[in-house]
Amino acid sequence: MVNQLFVSASPHISDKDTIPRIMYGVVISLIPATIGSIYFFGIRSGWIILLAIISAVATEAGLQKLMKKPITVKDGSAVVTGILLAFNVPAEVPWWIPVLGSAFAIAIGKIPFGGLGYNSLNPALLGRAFLLASWPTKMTIFKTYPLQWISDYPRLAEFLSKLSLYKTAAEEKLSLSGIDAITTATPLNVFRQQKDIIAQFSNDSAMGEAVTNAKTAISQLYDSYGNLFWGNIGGCIGETSVFLLLIGAIYLIYKRYINLRIPLSYIGTVAILTWLFGGTEGFLSGDPLFHVLAGGLMLGAFYMATDMVTSPVTSSGRYIFGIGCGVITVLIRLIGGYPEGVSYSILLMNLTVPLIDRYTKPKTFGKADKK
Amino acid sequence: MIFNKQTFKGGVHPPEYKELAEHQAIEALPLPQQVIIPVQQHLGAPAEPIVNVGDEVKVGDKVCEAKGYVSVPSHASISGKVKAIEKRPHPVGGNVLSIIIESDGKDELSASIAPVPNYLAQDAAEMKKKIQAAGLAGMGGAAFPTHVKLSPPSDKPIDTFILNGAECEPFLTADHRLMLERPNEILEGVRIIMKILGCKTGYIAVEKNKPDAIALLQKLLDKSGDALKVVPLNVKYPQGAEKQLIKAITNRKVPAGGLPMDVGCLVHNVGTAKAIYDAISSNKPLYERVVTVTGKGIKHSKNLLVRIGTPFQNLIDFCGGITEDTIKIINGGPMMGIAQYTLEVPVTKGTSGILALTKAEAKLPEPEPCIRCARCVDACPMNLLPNTLARVIEYKRYDEAHQLGVLDCIECGSCAFVCPSKIRHIHFLKFGKLEVTKMLKSKAA
Ligand code: SF4
Ligand code: SF4
Repeated sequence: MVNQLFVSASPHISDKDTIPRIMYGVVISLIPATIGSIYFFGIRSGWIILLAIISAVATEAGLQKLMKKPITVKDGSAVVTGILLAFNVPAEVPWWIPVLGSAFAIAIGKIPFGGLGYNSLNPALLGRAFLLASWPTKMTIFKTYPLQWISDYPRLAEFLSKLSLYKTAAEEKLSLSGIDAITTATPLNVFRQQKDIIAQFSNDSAMGEAVTNAKTAISQLYDSYGNLFWGNIGGCIGETSVFLLLIGAIYLIYKRYINLRIPLSYIGTVAILTWLFGGTEGFLSGDPLFHVLAGGLMLGAFYMATDMVTSPVTSSGRYIFGIGCGVITVLIRLIGGYPEGVSYSILLMNLTVPLIDRYTKPKTFGKADKK
Repeated sequence: MIFNKQTFKGGVHPPEYKELAEHQAIEALPLPQQVIIPVQQHLGAPAEPIVNVGDEVKVGDKVCEAKGYVSVPSHASISGKVKAIEKRPHPVGGNVLSIIIESDGKDELSASIAPVPNYLAQDAAEMKKKIQAAGLAGMGGAAFPTHVKLSPPSDKPIDTFILNGAECEPFLTADHRLMLERPNEILEGVRIIMKILGCKTGYIAVEKNKPDAIALLQKLLDKSGDALKVVPLNVKYPQGAEKQLIKAITNRKVPAGGLPMDVGCLVHNVGTAKAIYDAISSNKPLYERVVTVTGKGIKHSKNLLVRIGTPFQNLIDFCGGITEDTIKIINGGPMMGIAQYTLEVPVTKGTSGILALTKAEAKLPEPEPCIRCARCVDACPMNLLPNTLARVIEYKRYDEAHQLGVLDCIECGSCAFVCPSKIRHIHFLKFGKLEVTKMLKSKAA
């Protein structure tokens, strides 16, 4: 038999990684945090995530079908968008919030640009920004405190509290002096409120007690590293457990699906700036660890700022991008109008990517340094 | 040794598949019935045929003459009769005027091939003349005329010679086997080169995946006391590319658009060193070379000593043929080699391997849009932006491609190898280089 020989440009072999492999790799990396969200906030989180995925995939397939374009949902990128969107909403949102958010993310944030690879903003973050602008109260009230769902199952609650994995409501009250800060709102919310109280009234002797209380609250927050790290705090369903997010991130780094330039420069910048300016006692009194562990920084730095499509391709560009995200995040957290600034900072930096890429073009091997 | 830390930026780690052929000792391929000697097997001006149809030739007789300085002659690789002088498919592409010789089965050597007594005493100019007359062109792939490389202008003295035994292309083992089986000839070739250049520092660069070759060469050097250093290099593609090799060993950076001699370096491949020894020590022209025939599509992978001009088909048949699922035959390695549409093409001076890839290995998925993952950027050893280059060339923005340094691309294929979207960068890059060169010419005119 004579073989039919094919001719094409070199190279004739290629790496085994493909777009679907990378995207499903990201999905795998998000599984620990998904399980965590169900553990902390109840099965409701699972439904939110599922709805967001279905909505993202269906929107992408539906629109591509309408536009008679090839349907690309198999590549897994819509699934990633769905999960990330769901991770960014509180546990008690009505069912249509994740559905609308994902649909917006795909229909406005991705498809009109030409689909995967052409969008300039991270679709999940755009979807979240849309939800936040349209239903601000639904998106910012965090009523569910972690493990609250367990109280609906008295036997389980009893069992877990014996293992000291769970505190019944009564026990919980005892352990917190006066202010139920850590569980019912997000730590960053509490931080922001108390900080504002201190800033506003610190010279007002009539408010002395309020100021003292606020200071106590903040120092309690600073003592809550353990809860922040494990995720035993209020917040959006996927962002609370630093531990579980890091497990996924280590997997992504091991697989080389992300590299550390953006997350490290992002987190590093937040740490340094909050240490310098984030305190209530003036310069250098901030608590960097609190700011790094609290809120959506870990989720944002490892899973959303690293979104390949919407971050720079050059090596130095990725550091600049991370630093930029860090600066904006801290600006928003400390002086802006919101307690949390991760999503907006990444979206804003997304817009600068073409510029960053242009001005950080690497120097060709052997090109003389510009004098 | 400190050398182990020295490296170059970028690069990739393709699967090596060296095990298929690395333990196969070099075997001589039985004489072919017919050889096809293209007049162009080197970079530069094609040679001119100096025989006529019907002429009798012996092994080593010149059949075409160099035309100008940057050109080399070629020689008959079997004895017999010139049957035709016509255009034939060439492994590097297109149809090239070729001299077809029919074997008489006698394999008679030309009278000019004989040991030269005291050959190291010849002076450099004479040696270079002999090297050109022997038809030497780089045997690692680029096939640049060897004597030209050995003649740097007087304002660019060479102080460092590097013998390139990196053999970083996956699958290929011809240089590895040569180092194991002909180390003395190779080292003698290095001595000749260093004498011609008058340079004192010499390195032998071998990737660490060939520990036996490293040990053997080191042992021989310890015995002979030459001032040569064997440098084991990290296994990384394209470690054997000239600029990357020089950077890894000497930490010097060849300027963009420049040549190794701009930083006082010269690199020759081990096959070329062996051929230089042959040419100087016995006036033997380059009419045979070692070719690795390998790949999952080949029944028995081998390293063969082959007469130049032997059709690919002969080599493949000798190795048991190709499997049914073979869909690609490549002249060279999988990263930079050239896919063939026919097995009638001959082995040339630059053919280091014949690779048969199966459907599973050589599948060509449809390219997807770039997802800006930056893998190509991180992999590019020349520090270019392959994703951006591919895009601007696709949109015919050649000015921009020029500014982005398309002409500095060494076509190593690292970018396309790592791309998850399977974008065929090299297709665009090669095309872009042609267009930019054209554009520059027309601007200059
Ligand atoms: S752009 Fe050229 S030099 Fe860079 S990796 Fe691609 S082929 Fe190699
Ligand atoms: S490797 Fe491919 S997908 Fe990734 S940036 Fe380069 S061209 Fe784009």
